[in-house]
Amino acid sequence: MRMFARSLAAAVILAASASAALSARTDLVLGVVLEPPHLDPTAGAAAAIDEIVYANIFEGLTRIGPNGDVVPALAESWEISEDGKIYTFKLREGVKYHDGTSFDAEDVKFSIERAMGKDSTNAQKVLFSGIQTVEVVDPTTVKVTLQQPQGSFLYNMAWGDAVIVAPESADGNKEKPIGTGPFKFGNWAKGSSVTITRNPEYWGEPARLEKAEFRFIPDAAAAVAALLSGDVQAFPNLQAGDALPQIEADPRFKVVIGATEGETILAMNNGKEPFNNLKVRQAISHAVNRDEVILGATNSHGVPIGSHFSPANSAYVDLTGTYPYDPEKAKALLAEAGYPDGFSATLKLPPPPYARLGGEIIASELREVGINLEIIPMEWAQWLEQVFTNKEFDLTIISHTEPNDINIYARDDYYFSYRNPRFNEIMTKLDATVEPEKRKELYGQAQRIIAEDAVNVFLFQLPKIGVWDAKLEGMWENMPIQANDLTKVRWVD
Amino acid sequence: MTAYLLRRLAIAVATLFVASLVVFSVLEILPGDPARLMLGLNASPDALAALRTEMGLDRPLAARYLDWLGGMITGDFGRSLTYSSPVIDLVKERLAVSFPLALIALTLSTIIAIPVGVFAAARRGKAADTVAMGLAQVGVAVPNFWFALLLVYVFAVSLRLVPAGGFPGWGDSWASHWQALRALILPAISLALPQAAILARVTRSATVEVLGEDYIRTARAKGLPYRRVLWRHALRNAMIPVLTIMGLQFAFLLAGTIIIENVFYLPGLGRLIFQAISQRDLIVVEGVVMLLVASVILINLVVDICYTIVDPRLRGGR
Repeated sequence: MRMFARSLAAAVILAASASAALSARTDLVLGVVLEPPHLDPTAGAAAAIDEIVYANIFEGLTRIGPNGDVVPALAESWEISEDGKIYTFKLREGVKYHDGTSFDAEDVKFSIERAMGKDSTNAQKVLFSGIQTVEVVDPTTVKVTLQQPQGSFLYNMAWGDAVIVAPESADGNKEKPIGTGPFKFGNWAKGSSVTITRNPEYWGEPARLEKAEFRFIPDAAAAVAALLSGDVQAFPNLQAGDALPQIEADPRFKVVIGATEGETILAMNNGKEPFNNLKVRQAISHAVNRDEVILGATNSHGVPIGSHFSPANSAYVDLTGTYPYDPEKAKALLAEAGYPDGFSATLKLPPPPYARLGGEIIASELREVGINLEIIPMEWAQWLEQVFTNKEFDLTIISHTEPNDINIYARDDYYFSYRNPRFNEIMTKLDATVEPEKRKELYGQAQRIIAEDAVNVFLFQLPKIGVWDAKLEGMWENMPIQANDLTKVRWVD
Repeated sequence: MTAYLLRRLAIAVATLFVASLVVFSVLEILPGDPARLMLGLNASPDALAALRTEMGLDRPLAARYLDWLGGMITGDFGRSLTYSSPVIDLVKERLAVSFPLALIALTLSTIIAIPVGVFAAARRGKAADTVAMGLAQVGVAVPNFWFALLLVYVFAVSLRLVPAGGFPGWGDSWASHWQALRALILPAISLALPQAAILARVTRSATVEVLGEDYIRTARAKGLPYRRVLWRHALRNAMIPVLTIMGLQFAFLLAGTIIIENVFYLPGLGRLIFQAISQRDLIVVEGVVMLLVASVILINLVVDICYTIVDPRLRGGR
């Protein structure tokens, strides 16, 4: 009898451990390059914030899906008035914040008015500038009235900067974010990692992972070592460099090259001699060999662009042939513009590898047509102040990572100082257009104007090199918005 | 002794004050706007202005300096501009990594360097000396990040004995203490070896010099065994330069380990300063640099006291 009891106990233990081994893993460690300054997406532009909290901890009225389209989130559905000015959102019922307080229409009004307010430190305040009033109709209905029709309104409300927060917890979100998402904030070990855990009371489909840790690894070599040793199982965007072929050959990992919203450009100071001359800008565009730059700066993973628009967008027009690589023509254009012997200029480069590597190649290409560039490497703070704020630059290389941002060419005091009333007119029209086909056509016109004006040299769409464990599923392939949405991520055997 | 300590203290305070002036003005001259760094390319001017007011950056320079100085005297180092937590908390968190790491690395390097240095000195000019000092030369020449990467590939990627990097925190159980310690093994070794190489060379040359002194010959003539003369008489007298170097090394290990912290992505003081500088989180940079100045002064004081222990002649004088 005793014997029997003992073997039974052994069998139970065996069975228990066997079933534990069979059920899939529910934890994940992701590697990200930068640590966010804080965790409130409504009070900072750092992509590192959204890369942790977007869709995981915080949700907005709408959200962006893996393919870049706008889908419902906290708003179940919406109606748009005939004149396109009034949006009536029907909110989900029974939604609770992570601290137990409930979500209703008052929170929506609070969040939007907080972002629009005088003391607002929202980095994308312009997203809310078209809103006139926000009215609470009943606890699950909100009416937003715009000053004029705005075709991009639903898209704007899907940004991380437009997430819905609660008045009770909004001020503490920087340190302890409280949202409505499928994951709750766990803890933040400053300098090393942020951990989030599954929210058991989530209103929608619950997350498959029980725990996810975002580990901050700024050094590329350290990131590769962490992946190979198994310490980190997923890098949504790995700066692998030369180590990528080795990782691709390893059956333990999946390598997925996706697209981001980062239009990488050689920006020219259109407000300054000689770049205010269209012929000079055209000459520079002809002198740059895009394929060579893409090879050198991204190991050929970047997708060439001919205007400031993502190839992943359905309104994309291929304009890469507008000013093809042609050094002879570049020289001729320079001569016509009054610079037969070329000229000298500076090229100010921010820290990312795409800028530093691309800059070397572009400098040598422009030397071929007689333009001598002095390369000035800078750190971010310096770049933001000199180039972006004070416009003290000739040329620079930068990736504009905000989604759908062709409208920056309509800002008169933007750093590259481009002014074209015809373009601004199209942007105004676009804002007032809701119908998708018409919007597409207007987007096409806008892309053509800036391509033909050779405002900047449009280089490539910044690639996203995702590397993760081959048994992991549900990671985003592309990055239509800065996010690492883990809601569908799971381990399979 | 008391007068001596008081004088040292007065010098320390004056040094701190001058350092505060230099640190503050250098950082103010540095281009870059912390508000712009936080809000990025699309920020509207009024949001920027609101954030600058929130950060207190719109106030005059002199007022900000005096506030900061006054705060530090009362123990308040201010609040970080980017992380919204108090500077002192950030420093405490980082010291929980940097201090043990520096201590382990210094201990390791001392354990390796002193026997090797004394051994080489005792066999001066012989093959053993040449080999030991040749190795030390290599240790000085090899960059520590390269050595660190080598260790990672051997012990973390291939053998999987230790994690490739990161720091899990000390936790509150013995198991988590051990995990934290495990994470510090490779970084401590990669920091210790180059330091040990330098220290071994210093120990050797100091011991060689002492071995030529008259009192060593006297001790030998008295009939003391060579081993005892070497360890008791020679090493003790050679300790002054060795202690000086150890003091400098400890100060370096506390905050100068940014490269190793990057290779192992450890949340140490070096990375905090680096991050703060690139984010223009001035208040953090200022606070941390001041604390480092203070700790260097303190370490030097401790070294001075150690001198008087190894050399009793220094006790009465000055």
